[in-house]
Amino acid sequence: MKKSQIGFLFILPWVIGFIIFTVFPIIAALYIAMTDWSIIGQASFIGFQNFRAIFADPTFYKALLVTGRYAILAIPLTIITALLVALGVNNDYKGIGIFRTIFYMPSIVSGVAVAIVFKWILDPTYGVLNSLLRLFGLTGPDWLYDPAWVLPSYLIMAIWGASGGLYIYLAALRDIPRELYEGATIDGAGWLQKIRYITLPMLTPILFYNLVMGIISAFRKFTDAYILGGAGEEGVFYMVYLYQQAFSFYKMGYATALAWILFVIILGLTLVVNYTKKYWVYAERK
Amino acid sequence: MRLRGKKDDTVRKVLLYLFYLLGSCLMLLPFFWMISTAFKPDAEIFTVPIKWLPSSFHGQNFKKAFQVIPICKYMLNTVYIAVLKIGGEVFVSALVAYGFARFDFKGKNLFFLILLATMMLPYEVTMIPTFIMWTYLGLSDSYVPLILPAYFGAASFIFFLRMYFSTLPVEMEESMVMDGASYFQIFYKLILPLTKPALLTIGLWAFLGTWNDLLGQLIYINDPAKYTIQLGLASFSSMTGETLWGPLMAASSVGLLPVVFLLLFAQKYFVEGIKMTGIKG
Repeated sequence: MKKSQIGFLFILPWVIGFIIFTVFPIIAALYIAMTDWSIIGQASFIGFQNFRAIFADPTFYKALLVTGRYAILAIPLTIITALLVALGVNNDYKGIGIFRTIFYMPSIVSGVAVAIVFKWILDPTYGVLNSLLRLFGLTGPDWLYDPAWVLPSYLIMAIWGASGGLYIYLAALRDIPRELYEGATIDGAGWLQKIRYITLPMLTPILFYNLVMGIISAFRKFTDAYILGGAGEEGVFYMVYLYQQAFSFYKMGYATALAWILFVIILGLTLVVNYTKKYWVYAERK
Repeated sequence: MRLRGKKDDTVRKVLLYLFYLLGSCLMLLPFFWMISTAFKPDAEIFTVPIKWLPSSFHGQNFKKAFQVIPICKYMLNTVYIAVLKIGGEVFVSALVAYGFARFDFKGKNLFFLILLATMMLPYEVTMIPTFIMWTYLGLSDSYVPLILPAYFGAASFIFFLRMYFSTLPVEMEESMVMDGASYFQIFYKLILPLTKPALLTIGLWAFLGTWNDLLGQLIYINDPAKYTIQLGLASFSSMTGETLWGPLMAASSVGLLPVVFLLLFAQKYFVEGIKMTGIKG
């Protein structure tokens, strides 16, 4: 057997999996989105009716608003938080390893349990957050029970989890050549100038990566929203809405149409961000 | 000049340590609050102002939590899924990554590009058709849909391992070819043992992914006897009617124990992986 054929054999399992679990479902999804399938019974072809129904459904716009608003605020907040923490722990002070572990924690310790704990923290009467505010003489809001405070509740959780991305930034910081800083010192630059003119530009590739990942994960947010909910449908994120349509009401066709819309949104945003890349992301000239 | 520089350094150090301490308190507050609540009797949970610590450590909530949901069984169910999944996922991902790293064949770059695209894009679109497929095969209320796809490799692991394999020197492989070894033998006897740390890293990622996954498990598993720990915790409040915060915090504490151990003892493997590729799994 030729070496190239053997190489293909090595990747064959993935190719088969790709066909079974990606190509085939995508083709099926094109059809299902045009049916009124509900798992039981027959599916009949209804053309673009699902899409028409979606665009006439106020809940859809609400879910889109909840998710989009969260994305616009949470993505920059988490990127800035993670960056600041990384800049803060990018040294070899005594005990730094312990602090790094603590900041990194949310990327390992997450899931349903953490969401439940946040629900308890945000409890208006007995929660620890409002008690802390009371120490400062403030009366905290009702958080998840007040429609106006649901979004801030989710943002608090997002910021708490932000430093989980710490090591990506630390690795990028470590890769910045020392000579750049040394040269800047000789030229009399202060630390703020060094951050502005060396660190930030050199970090733009990783900021770009985190922006794309942030968009994808914000629009796919599910676990926290499923557990926490929120008053006045303010906690119905897009994926929660999709999940309800598919697995509570068994509207498979409708939910698949929703999935296609989400896909187009994520793809579109990714392409837009990718288009802006050349204006702000540093690329090493070779 | 020099003196001033030194003083600045000290100020900076003090400020940074303050930042570390304050930040750590904020990071740990949820867990402190969870554990503190778990050990309190109801009378101390529902008080204003709050009590930071229980007056005595009280085991009732844990007892109650284990009555509401079989926590140990659910954790074992999760481990069962994870174990069956990880072996296949790691082995097949390594196999495919080796193919991408060491061979040239027609369409390789296109395949790799597709692989990268599947890492980010079509999950929500394939979710429902895949569910329907498993339902028609009669396997929807089982672990099969959660386990079997892993045996075709996972895109992010393949990406990571390909990068890792590309950094290995080829000389040893070439000399094994001279000695008449087949490529599969080289992969099995040389590459796998040589790259144990990287395989361990993705194995841990796979475990974490299974432990923390909610959506996939929620879709496929209906029978409470088959629940995982995530499903058990998510359904806890509906089991008790109202939210019993004490037992719920006790259950959450137990459910988090395995990942806390991972954080404490396996952090270096997670971090190595990130340093290599800049991806977090």
